[in-house]
Amino acid sequence: MLAVSLYHYLTVSALLLVMGIFGIFLNRKNVIVILMSIELILLAANLNLVAFSAVLGDLTGQIFVMFTLTVAAAEAAIGLAIVVIYFRNRGSIQVEDVNLMKG
Amino acid sequence: MIAAIAFYVFAAILLVSAGMVVSARNPVHSVLFLILAFFNAAALFLMAGAEFLAMILVIVYVGAVAVLFLFVVMMLDINFAELRSRFQQFLPIGLAVGVVLLLELCLVLGGWSLAPNSAAMRTLPIAPDVQNTAQLGRVMYTDYILLFQAAGLVLLVAMIGAIVLTLRENRGASRRQSVARQVARNPGNTLEMVDVAIGAGVTMADIRRPLPEATALEHAGHGHDSHDDDHGHGHGGEH
Repeated sequence: MLAVSLYHYLTVSALLLVMGIFGIFLNRKNVIVILMSIELILLAANLNLVAFSAVLGDLTGQIFVMFTLTVAAAEAAIGLAIVVIYFRNRGSIQVEDVNLMKG
Repeated sequence: MIAAIAFYVFAAILLVSAGMVVSARNPVHSVLFLILAFFNAAALFLMAGAEFLAMILVIVYVGAVAVLFLFVVMMLDINFAELRSRFQQFLPIGLAVGVVLLLELCLVLGGWSLAPNSAAMRTLPIAPDVQNTAQLGRVMYTDYILLFQAAGLVLLVAMIGAIVLTLRENRGASRRQSVARQVARNPGNTLEMVDVAIGAGVTMADIRRPLPEATALEHAGHGHDSHDDDHGHGHGGEH
């Protein structure tokens, strides 16, 4: 079914996941890049689901990717809305400044 | 062979652009590399036979999510140089976590195999003679209809949430409809009947009515009232 073996897809997706997590640590002060890194992580998960769906010949993986995409889009919209109102109120989006609730 | 080369090319561009997303100096470049990464991921989807998902990825991610990111990055006036000030300091711990995670994933990939009866355990076997989109639709609107509608609800809640969060309550600038004022308005305080002598004609001084009480009160700085005022004059001029 696949042009290359399943391991190729899994390796690419593993590297993508690692890069997303690396991005979260690297850009710890910039919440917009953190959101983008989360998108990369979700993309890695989707790639895994699609690869397994193709190898096993089972459509369930692709259905699941649809729902993952929905949740990822909703998460991005809400996250960016929170960033916008936070910037409007405080004039900064530094993650370290978000300490009002002493979390 | 050609397909394998195409896979390597798309995967390489995907990984390089993902690396640029997390390490670019300018967040606008990060967003643009994110778009490139999504395009290449869509190509990988396409090679795995998920044609509909590939198109959805391009439309939803490139068309909506990435553009949303671009809007927010450009709308907020942020000192990005300052946000990257301790970039070097976070590098070692990020690398450490990444390497540990990669090692763990390698361990998983090394000692892993499909279950021997995995072909028999498929719930929705892909039929070779039906298009991917048609097949997805057949399943999505029957077996997964409740989940599908729940996904729609998630999107609805996200949309309402984003609007509620970012809506600015600015009564002076927005032209709100005041239902109470509209209902309370009667001909007595907006209209004046004037007897005009035959053949005498009318002058503007005759037909101009005094401003109604409520309008005169709120006249200072209220955008809606200038409209109301104009209407009064225009109405008088027609007679």
